[in-house]
Amino acid sequence: MSAANTALERVTQVPGVRGSLLISVTDGLVVAERLMDGIDGRAIAALAGSLVQRLGRAAAGAGLKIPTFVHLRGNAGSVLAAPMANDLVLVALVGLDANLGLARLEMLDAVGHLN
Amino acid sequence: MSDDIRTLTSRLAEEPASLAFLELGEALRRRGQLDSAYKVARGGLGRYPNLAEAHDLMARIFGDQGDLAAAFDAWVEALRLDPMRTSALKGIAFLYYRAGNVAEAREHLQRAVEIDPDDPSIPQALARMQTSPRAPESAQPHVGSQPLTAVTSQSSPAEPSGGDGDRGQLLVDGNGLRLSGSLVGPNNEDVGDRVAAELAGVSREAARTAKLLGLGAWQAIAVESPEGNLYLVPPTENTVLLTMRDPALPMARLGLIAERGAREARAWLGGEA
Repeated sequence: MSAANTALERVTQVPGVRGSLLISVTDGLVVAERLMDGIDGRAIAALAGSLVQRLGRAAAGAGLKIPTFVHLRGNAGSVLAAPMANDLVLVALVGLDANLGLARLEMLDAVGHLN
Repeated sequence: MSDDIRTLTSRLAEEPASLAFLELGEALRRRGQLDSAYKVARGGLGRYPNLAEAHDLMARIFGDQGDLAAAFDAWVEALRLDPMRTSALKGIAFLYYRAGNVAEAREHLQRAVEIDPDDPSIPQALARMQTSPRAPESAQPHVGSQPLTAVTSQSSPAEPSGGDGDRGQLLVDGNGLRLSGSLVGPNNEDVGDRVAAELAGVSREAARTAKLLGLGAWQAIAVESPEGNLYLVPPTENTVLLTMRDPALPMARLGLIAERGAREARAWLGGEA
C-alpha cells in the first residue's frame, strides 16, 4: 500500500468520516481516494480545490502564509482540507457525528508524513 | 522625547500611510501629551475614516481631555464600524456609569464580557458597579487618575494586549466591497480592502460546494495558518463576516466570537436597510 493510501486509510477510520481523497488543486484531479459508495470524488476535487485556492488568496491578502487547514461546515456535514506541498490537498468529507478534532489531527499528521 | 515616541515618529514620517499613528497617538496619550496625540490621531483618522481603532484612539484622547461627549460619539462610531470592539463597549459603559446610568453601563459591560470573557477588567468593573452604583465625583477621566485607561485597556493592533489576539473583523458584500470593520496585517497595515476583494464570491462558492457535496447550507469556514486564523460566517445570503485572530486563540472560541459578530452584523444590516 502506498503512503498516500495509508494516509487515506487512517483518516477514513476516524468515526464519522465518509471518505478522504488526495487532490491536485490547480487541475482539480483526484490523485488517490477512499470514499464510501455514491460519493463523487471528482466533484469533491473540483469544488474543494477551488474553494481552498480562493481562501488561500484571501489569507495571502491578509498577510498570512498558505493555510494549513480549512474546515467548511454545513448544516449536514463538513469538508476538511489540509493543503500540502506540491499543489496537493488532503480532503475529507465528514458527517455531523464526526469527531472533528480527531479527524483534523489525523489529517495534519498524514500531511506531515506525506510532505 | 522618549525613544519609543522618537522611533514611532520616524516610522510614521517614513510611511505616512502606515498604521503607526495608532501606536504613536496612544504613546503620546499615555505620556499626557494630549495635543500631540490628538493631532496624530486626527491625521490618521483622516486617512482611515473607517478604521474602528482610530475612532477608539480618538475617544480615549477626548476622554483624557475631559470632552466626554466627543469621547462618547467616537466610541459609538468605533462600535458601529466594529460591533465586537470591547474597548468601545467598556468606554461607553464607563461614560454611562459617570452619568449615573448604571443600567446602560451594566448592559454594555455584559455585552463586552460575552465577547471577551477572558478580560479581567470587565468583571472587575461590574463588581465595582454593584458595590458603588454611583460613580465617585472625583472620578475624572484624565491621565492622572487613569479611569479611562483602566476601563478601556484594549488590544489595539499596534499594541496587542495578548487577550484574544484581535486582528480585526470585516463585513464584506457579495461584490468584494467592505461594508464595515477593518483587518490588520502582520505589519499593522490595514488589509481590509485587499481581503474583501479576495472574498468576492466566497459565499456563493461555499454555498455551491456545500450543496453539491450534500452538506446542506454552509454555516462557517475556519482557516488555520501559522500566522493567524480566519473564521468566515454568512450573516446574510450575500454577505460574509471575516474574523481574524492570532493562532493562539482556540478555533472553537474564535467561532463563538464570529457567531456573535454575525448576529450583530445581521442587526446592523437590518438597521441600514
